[in-house]
Amino acid sequence: MANPQSPILLAPILLTNARVIDPASGLDAPGSVLIENGRITAAGPSAHNQGAPEGTEMIDVAGAVVAPGLVDMGVTVGEPGAEHRETLASASQAAAAGGVTTIVTSPDTDPVIDDPALVDFVLRRARDTACVNVHPFAALTKGLSGEEMSEIGLLQEAGAVAFSNGHRSVTHAGIMRRLMTYARDFGALVVHHTEDPALAGGGVVNESLSASWKGLPASPREAEIIMVERDLRLAALTRGRYHAQSVSCTESTRAIARAKADGLDVTCGITVNHLTLNENDIGPYRTFFKMSPPLRSEDERQAMIAALADGTIDVIVSGHDPQDVETKRHPFAEAADGAIGLETLLAAGLRLVHSGEIGLAPLLAAMTCNPARRLGLDAGRLAAGSPADVVVFDLDRPWVLDKTRLKSRSKNTPFEDARFTGQVLHTLVAGKIVTP
Amino acid sequence: MSAHHPPLAELYPHRHLLGIEGLQPNEIVALLDQAEAAVEISRQVEKKKAVLRGRTQINLFFEASTRTQSSFEIAGKRLGADVMNMSVASSSVKKGETLIDTAATLNAMHPDIIVVRHHAAGAVHLLAQKVGCSVVNAGDGAHEHPTQALLDALTIRRHKGSIAGLTVAICGDILHSRVARSNIILLNALGARVRVVAPSTLLPNGIAQMGVEVFQDMRKGLAGADIVMMLRLQRERMQGAYIPSVREYFRYYGLDRDKLAAAAADALVMHPGPMNRGVEIDPEIADGPQSLIREQVEMGVAVRMAVLEALAAHLPNK
Repeated sequence: MANPQSPILLAPILLTNARVIDPASGLDAPGSVLIENGRITAAGPSAHNQGAPEGTEMIDVAGAVVAPGLVDMGVTVGEPGAEHRETLASASQAAAAGGVTTIVTSPDTDPVIDDPALVDFVLRRARDTACVNVHPFAALTKGLSGEEMSEIGLLQEAGAVAFSNGHRSVTHAGIMRRLMTYARDFGALVVHHTEDPALAGGGVVNESLSASWKGLPASPREAEIIMVERDLRLAALTRGRYHAQSVSCTESTRAIARAKADGLDVTCGITVNHLTLNENDIGPYRTFFKMSPPLRSEDERQAMIAALADGTIDVIVSGHDPQDVETKRHPFAEAADGAIGLETLLAAGLRLVHSGEIGLAPLLAAMTCNPARRLGLDAGRLAAGSPADVVVFDLDRPWVLDKTRLKSRSKNTPFEDARFTGQVLHTLVAGKIVTP
Repeated sequence: MSAHHPPLAELYPHRHLLGIEGLQPNEIVALLDQAEAAVEISRQVEKKKAVLRGRTQINLFFEASTRTQSSFEIAGKRLGADVMNMSVASSSVKKGETLIDTAATLNAMHPDIIVVRHHAAGAVHLLAQKVGCSVVNAGDGAHEHPTQALLDALTIRRHKGSIAGLTVAICGDILHSRVARSNIILLNALGARVRVVAPSTLLPNGIAQMGVEVFQDMRKGLAGADIVMMLRLQRERMQGAYIPSVREYFRYYGLDRDKLAAAAADALVMHPGPMNRGVEIDPEIADGPQSLIREQVEMGVAVRMAVLEALAAHLPNK
């Protein structure tokens, strides 16, 4: 989809001298990855001995990791409607720079993606301008109003991979019940942002002592927990398929763990920000750290890592949300939520690996095969026959984030001048190198 | 009726018709048999009988319904009753009178039969407890609409010979439909296999335990069906509350030629009316050769005559 040029014209590629990691199959071994006609034909130790076909381009990755390209199901773009913040093209370049080969886009655009013709628009623009795979979420409710259900059947036929209400929660429980019921008939996944706006009460940071000292309106964790618990009750009532897009609280993950144990078809995700930052990083009212849900306490951050490690949290997203100076250069409470993250998703995640908080394979699973499986995408694996969407990264290479070199049109990163260990060397989409 | 049959009062031993629930299969059949005779009368030049001569029938409609009200009015008049229509939707209720007040007022006028349509389930039962005359349920909320189920059964029986063994698919807004509930009970009582086809948002809780097979996929639900019974979708439910839009509803649940092809080749199509053409049914099908929709209207008068006559047999004679 992403390549205007047919992958069949590309020469085979052999990535050699690699540490091949495929979380879907549990593979983590020295070896090679052979790519032909845009698909993976062999991966791992076995690919060493197969002998590459005539004309194969050999790339010696010198011990770097070769893994499935990342699947990021938490990406907001500005196209249509706010192309000055991000286009599908610029988002895809940011993704490629970060090792992300599939992005799933929020319907939160202008106009909102709530009509089959708009799903078609996104898919066509992506086909013509993007260098990674793009799959749209469609709006769960018309105009994201939370009031009228959108055309879930027709939108799904048009190519929507799941249904989300963007950054807004559906507050009316009766409407949410009918949405989950109706979506179930179509086998459609409901992806939900879980923050009760009434309880959040206009809060812009986590409710805590530091918020009180700062004098900022604060949102209690219960604004998320109650919404998650409500949704899980509704999932039990309707037997619908449900995914909480971005959790941040211990009690949310406990509720999800219980629901999973009860056999419900529910999953949840988290942004890499909530795994690697906490409320103290906001410092002196730095608006690039303003997001929804808000950054929580250090205790909560550590609990989130534990929930990721034990499998309660299924998916890590970047939460990529481009904002420019006109929406961010305001007093903290008046600034927009959101941070970009496509280019730092992997590097930020690797912080947890280097600090020993989580293994490399489970981290990668939450960024590759888990989201792909949840969305039914043929992605996130190195199995023979899979699309050759691959990231090659040096696990130990140190680097410093230079904001001016970001591909994203918006520069609202919370990792400005951050030091990372682990850098993307190459990103391949359908067998084609898309990194600059 | 031939002479050796027992009198109608024995065949239908009830003073009211409040629902199909509670009727025995033979009682349903007796009403259908009686309705067959009423069809003949209605097709004659002289359409009058005298069984209700001197009797007063009040059609008490708390909810507007041109079709059902006129059907009951014609039925009563053909049996010789004095029929009075009362549309309460716009009068006493607005002045604050309760259902019970209205019942007491009407009762003081000594009617013999009251035909009631009300927007609230159970209202007709309540009213029947408060008046001294016979009561016919002409539809109460999403509960029952017994004469509709009877007229549907009569229409089916006249075309298929029998109800037993038929596969009947009821499609559409089951959740809010009194027609569906009455039909599910009646068709099961007479031995049909009943299916319902609807998006889950338009199905009541526990539908699978209501004596039906449940389908969300219309082609599967119609596969091999002998009768396809469409239900009306109320306008206020179309725009995002229970279904996303008219076009999506029609795409997945509207009866068109393509979906009807899944049913038996000689399948017949019914609709209680009034229809939303292009919402739940393609005009081509509504007006096509498999449609019984016009005939249902004719059978409606006959069935209501039969019901009124059966109740007349229990009215006091002094």
